[in-house]
Amino acid sequence: MSIWKYANPTKFMGWTAPVLPWLFGLAALCLGVGLVWGFFFTPDDFRQGATVKIIYLHVPAALMAINAWIMMLVASLIWYIRRHHVSALAARAAAPIGMVMTLIALFTGAIWGKPIWGTYWEFDPRLTSFLILFLFYLGYMALWEAIEDPDTAADLTSVLCMVGSIFAILSRYAVLFWGQGLHQGASLSLDKEENVADVFWVPLLVCMAGFVLLFIALVLMRTRTEVRARQIRALENRARAQNA
Amino acid sequence: MIALLLRDLRLAVRAGGGFGLGLAFFLIVIVLVPFGVGPQSDLLTAIAPGIFWVASLLAALLSLDRIFALDFEDGSLTLLATSPLPLEGVGLIKALAHWVTTGLPLTVAAPALGFMLVLAPEAYSYLLLSLLLGTPALSMIGTFGAALTVGLRRGGLLLSVLVLPLYIPTLIYGAEAVRRGAEGLDPSGALILLGGITAGTFAILPFATAAVLRINLR
Repeated sequence: MSIWKYANPTKFMGWTAPVLPWLFGLAALCLGVGLVWGFFFTPDDFRQGATVKIIYLHVPAALMAINAWIMMLVASLIWYIRRHHVSALAARAAAPIGMVMTLIALFTGAIWGKPIWGTYWEFDPRLTSFLILFLFYLGYMALWEAIEDPDTAADLTSVLCMVGSIFAILSRYAVLFWGQGLHQGASLSLDKEENVADVFWVPLLVCMAGFVLLFIALVLMRTRTEVRARQIRALENRARAQNA
Repeated sequence: MIALLLRDLRLAVRAGGGFGLGLAFFLIVIVLVPFGVGPQSDLLTAIAPGIFWVASLLAALLSLDRIFALDFEDGSLTLLATSPLPLEGVGLIKALAHWVTTGLPLTVAAPALGFMLVLAPEAYSYLLLSLLLGTPALSMIGTFGAALTVGLRRGGLLLSVLVLPLYIPTLIYGAEAVRRGAEGLDPSGALILLGGITAGTFAILPFATAAVLRINLR
């Protein structure tokens, strides 16, 4: 008995089917409660006014943009070391979601930046690292699409994901070389005295939970689609072999 | 290993196009920039460090798909994989040969082209030094990218999409070193980090290149 038995494709399809509706339901609940609470039942910030409320989309999306890549890295490592097919497919399934999260973070940041900073875009370290992360997602997805043989594609993309992670971290610190930019530092650390005030903090936590749940649900759903697609391909190949 | 290096160099020189083409491309990009942004010399002085680095990056990119493609097609890559020389060594040598045929000529030629972009006089030595330190990393990263896409029939465009994001740290430190040199600041921090990136890529990427080549040769 180990957790690896849940990685068997048949088992995976079995346990995800009943779990998925619950995940989607919980995600919808958290997002609904968090966003409505955040948008309509928190006070306006005394300097930023109502624009501050975009953090209920911006921060969770940015969080998931990074975590999606980390999840892809872990899934790639599992595929490369233990060769669980579901793991490779999950990494593939997570990439477009992570890319969309990166885009949401960039766009909401731009919308917020215009009234507050007076500019949509600035080559600030944090903003630039997100743009770079977006490019990494693009390359990763392009490589998946380009290779026909599924196992070769899974192998090559997992190596790319590992090497890409190193370079993503390098880029993240390389852009710091330009000096501190416009973006504020971390305001949600667990170990700091001064954080965001509780009125904003609690609904933000709910939104973050909602985004995490939504991400897990979407990854599971897309992985199921990939498994089904591969089953169909296997069946077609078998039928062709019988007819020939 | 030396025999392989010499063979690659000889092929690059005798096949034509491989050796001088990257350099010619570099020259053309540098010459085109004043046409694009206008001939004001103070503007050119300000952007010259970045332009030199972006141009060398593009020139390195141009010849990447030749690193493994020909050897893959005629089967010599399979021979190399079964030879006593480890595949990691093959990756390293290929990167080195690529650097000697593109990076090194660029490094030597770049200061000679400095006047085209009205490069600040203080920046010449740092341009040479930063290119010398940084272009090997471009070749090594590119070799990894070339190994990734070697099995694909139309890998050229994909190769650029994969490799260019990996070039970002090298580009930032390299251009920053020249810019600080041009402004009379101390560029040693950027140069040290640039050297660190080169050393790091040569330490890690031969293994990744070999792993990817084994997958592609399977």
